[in-house]
Order: sequence, then C-alpha cells, then structure tokens
Amino acid sequence: MNQLTISIIFYVFAAVTVLSAAFVVFSKNVIYSAFALLFTFFGVAALYVFLSADFIAVTQVVVYVGGILVLLLFGVMFTNTIMQTELKADVLHVVPGTILLLLMIAGMLYTFYTTGDWMPGQAQLQGSVVQRVGFETMSRFMLPFEMASIVLLVALLGAAFLARYDKAHKNEH
Amino acid sequence: MSHASSLNSWSDALSGFNLGWFPLGLVIVAAIPLVFIALYALTYGVYGERKISAFMQDRLGPMEVGPWGLLQTLADILKLLQKEDIVPNAADKFLFVIGPLVMFVGSFLAFVVLPFGPAFIGADLNVGLFYAVGIVALEVVGILASGWGSNNKWALYGAVRSVAQIVSYEIPASIALLCGAMMAGTLSMQQFCVAQSGPLGLLHWYLFSNPIAWLPFIIYFISSLAETNRAPFDIPEAESELVAGFFTEYTGMKFAMFFLAEYGSMFMVSGIISIVFLGGWASPLPNIGSLALNDMTSGPAWGAFWIIMKGFFFIFVQMWLRWTLPRLRVDQLMYLCWKVLTPFAFIAFVLTAVWEIYK
Repeated sequence: MNQLTISIIFYVFAAVTVLSAAFVVFSKNVIYSAFALLFTFFGVAALYVFLSADFIAVTQVVVYVGGILVLLLFGVMFTNTIMQTELKADVLHVVPGTILLLLMIAGMLYTFYTTGDWMPGQAQLQGSVVQRVGFETMSRFMLPFEMASIVLLVALLGAAFLARYDKAHKNEH
Repeated sequence: MSHASSLNSWSDALSGFNLGWFPLGLVIVAAIPLVFIALYALTYGVYGERKISAFMQDRLGPMEVGPWGLLQTLADILKLLQKEDIVPNAADKFLFVIGPLVMFVGSFLAFVVLPFGPAFIGADLNVGLFYAVGIVALEVVGILASGWGSNNKWALYGAVRSVAQIVSYEIPASIALLCGAMMAGTLSMQQFCVAQSGPLGLLHWYLFSNPIAWLPFIIYFISSLAETNRAPFDIPEAESELVAGFFTEYTGMKFAMFFLAEYGSMFMVSGIISIVFLGGWASPLPNIGSLALNDMTSGPAWGAFWIIMKGFFFIFVQMWLRWTLPRLRVDQLMYLCWKVLTPFAFIAFVLTAVWEIYK
C-alpha cells in the first residue's frame, strides 16, 4: 500500500471520529447521540490500528461497542419518556467555558511537547503481539490484572443481588 | 510445514497490485468475500433452505421455475428489487435506513479474517479469532437501530430479545473458542489451519486428536446457533409471537439485506467452527503408504474447496435443526446459557489447560 492511500484512510477515520464525537455532544436526541458513539468508538479502534496496536483495537471494539454501547442503548431505550426530554446542547457560559477550554488545550499541548517522544520507535515488533500481552499480563502486571478481575466480580455480584427476585418481600404484599 | 512457504501468497500478490496510484488489488480482495456471500446466499442459502425444509417435511419445495426450481431464487431477487421501498411514517427515518446497513457490514467484516484456503485470506491478523468474535458487536448495534427505528412494538421486542441473546451467548462461545486457541497456541486463523494439517488427514484435527475438544466443539456449535438467531433459538423473529421480530417493517432490498447478513454470519460461524476444531482448509484424507491422498488433495484450490464444503456441512446441520427442533422459551434460553453452557465451558477450559500442560 502506498503512502498516499494510507494517509487518505487515516484522515477519513480521523474525520469520522471527530465529527461523530461532535455529533454525540451537540445532538439534542439521546438515541442519536448513543448511535453516533458507535462511529466514535469505531474510529478510535481504527486509529489504534494505525499505531500498530491490533490487540487494543479489537479490545476497543469488543469492550466499547459490544459492551458499553449496547448497555447504554438498553438503558436509553428502557427509560420512560426518553424521547420527550429536551436536552440542553446550547452554550450557556461563553467566557468561562472558552477560558477553561483554552487552558485545557494549553495544558495538553504542554504535556505533549515536554514529555511526548514524537520520533517513531526504532525497535520493530517481532512475532505475535498477543503472546507478549499474555506474558506481561501473567508476570509483570499480575496484580493489576487480578485486582481488575476482583472489582468486576464484585460488580457482578452486586448487580445480581440488586436484580434478584425478592421472594420474602413479594410475600408481604 | 510445507504450506508455510506458500501461505497467503495469492492474497499478498493481489493486495500489492496497484493501477497507477489506485490500489485496485485491495478493492478486489475486499470484493471477493462480498461476491461469495451474495452467490452462496442466493444459491445454497435460500434455495438450499427451501429444498431442505421441503424434504424434511416430505414435500418437493420449489419446482416451477426452471428445472427442479433452480431459478426460483433469481425470480425472488427480481421481485425484491422491484418492490416498493417503504419507510413507515412513524419510523425514525435515519435509524430505520442505517440499521440493515450496519448489520450487514458487521456480518461482512468478519470475513476479513476467514482464510479461503492456504493462499488466500483478507488479512492474516495475529488477533484473527478475537477479531472475528468481537466484530459481531456491530451486528448487535444494527439490530438495535432497526428495532428502535421501526417504531413498532414487535420490532422493538424482537431487537431486545435478539441482543440479550447474542450478548449472553457470546460468553460460552468465546470461552469455547479460547479452548481451541489454547490447543493451537495462536489466534491467527491461518496458523490454526497450519497446526491441524498433516499427512494423517483428519487425525490431526483437534476434534479427533484432542480428547477434550468435543466439549468446547458442542458448546460453540450451540452458542453459534443462538448468535445467528437460528432455530431453536429464533425467539427474536418468532412468527407466532412477534410477526417477524426486528425486521417486521422492512420491505424490498432492505429486507433482503437482513437475509444476506443472516446467511453471511451463518457461514462465518460455520467457518470459525471448522477452522478451530476441524482443520479449516486442511484435507481430511490421510496418506496411506505410497497412496498420498493427503498430498493430492492439498493446495490452494483444494483448500478453498475443503473449507467451503466444511462450512456448507455445518450450514446443512443448522437448517436440519431448524426444521426439527421446537423453539425455546426466553427463560429456557437464558437458563441454557447461564446455568448449562457457561459452567461447562469453564470446565472445558480448565480440562483443556490441564491437557495442554501434561500431554
């Protein structure tokens, strides 16, 4: 693939990501916002591919599109009177908002320019990335991995407890 | 491995083909699975399903158009093309239109990592299997978009049922596939096939060479039926309760898109199960002494033949089950997923790990 094609594909995905993210923020319809998130998540996954992070890209699709977005859509669809609610997408405080925005952009740019290494790494990736991810997860990052799984397990138990059919409570009524 | 030198040679050569600055080869690589889905859904999918259902019920099936009704599906396509494209007044126009498109793209994207033989694959990703399982998420969003966009209670119920079912059955399906990944030690679809090809033919396949593989094989097969909304798990489109589920309001080509997507994912899950447990494009015939049957039936063209035949076999089994088994109730469906398949998938996972360590 020549350089021009790669650049074109990159800019298409970058545009999709930014435009759909803007749509999520500015849309007055919750459902449209939720569906526009699909394109944002997908664009971000594509940008990961451009960084040679295939595994992260697929994980992004599985976790964000398959998990979080579907959960969000379910939540939105099962909420009563969701379509009647008018969302506020107007600009309310122009001056403080602009100052905050500029400060944030300045902070991010400062961090990028002082800490970021903009040169591409010399070391080329050898072999399967998945294998490396597996080894690192099971050795150096064992503790964070286990912590995350315990947090998820607790969340699962909590959800199951809340959603449980309460037999004793039902008999009282 | 004798295949390693020629692995992906056709698709690599094709994707490097540029017409001036325009990467024509890349477009052709992407178009091949699309043409394949369209042709197979037209011939084997629709015609095969009607004929198989007819034979199961002691009927003849379509017989009028062409010899043995062979041209019936062509006539159906012509009819669908001419139908009026109705968008209901009360529907959400944007979501209604985008739903079938997103769903079809989701089912088509998985074909990127499906190897059509040792020399051809869209992209030999090192996360191939993970990608094929994960990209189904897009289909789920398409179903929700069309169900909500139709503004119809049957459509919304069908979409919600379908999504609940797909999201739940992804868990036993993924764990069962993880057992296969442990056996092969890779996630690349081509390496799965390479690891299972050899002079002894089908004895190299994990289903026959590994004493535990039958358990994840069965778990994945059952879960894949639910993920493609096929009977006995077709409550999202249960005719007796929901008219037609999430595609109740659709007509013409949009309706056909749902069928293309369904047949596309049917072939995809059949392809995944053949690759992970049945050797993919590896030939089933063994070398018997000087009669080198395996060497004779291996190669790029034979590989394509074997993987498509294996896929068609599983699609036949899916159709066979559809016309044999009654559909499950919603609670039975969830019971089967969470209390039967998921625990057994975990057992299979642990057993496979133990076998892989101590074999």
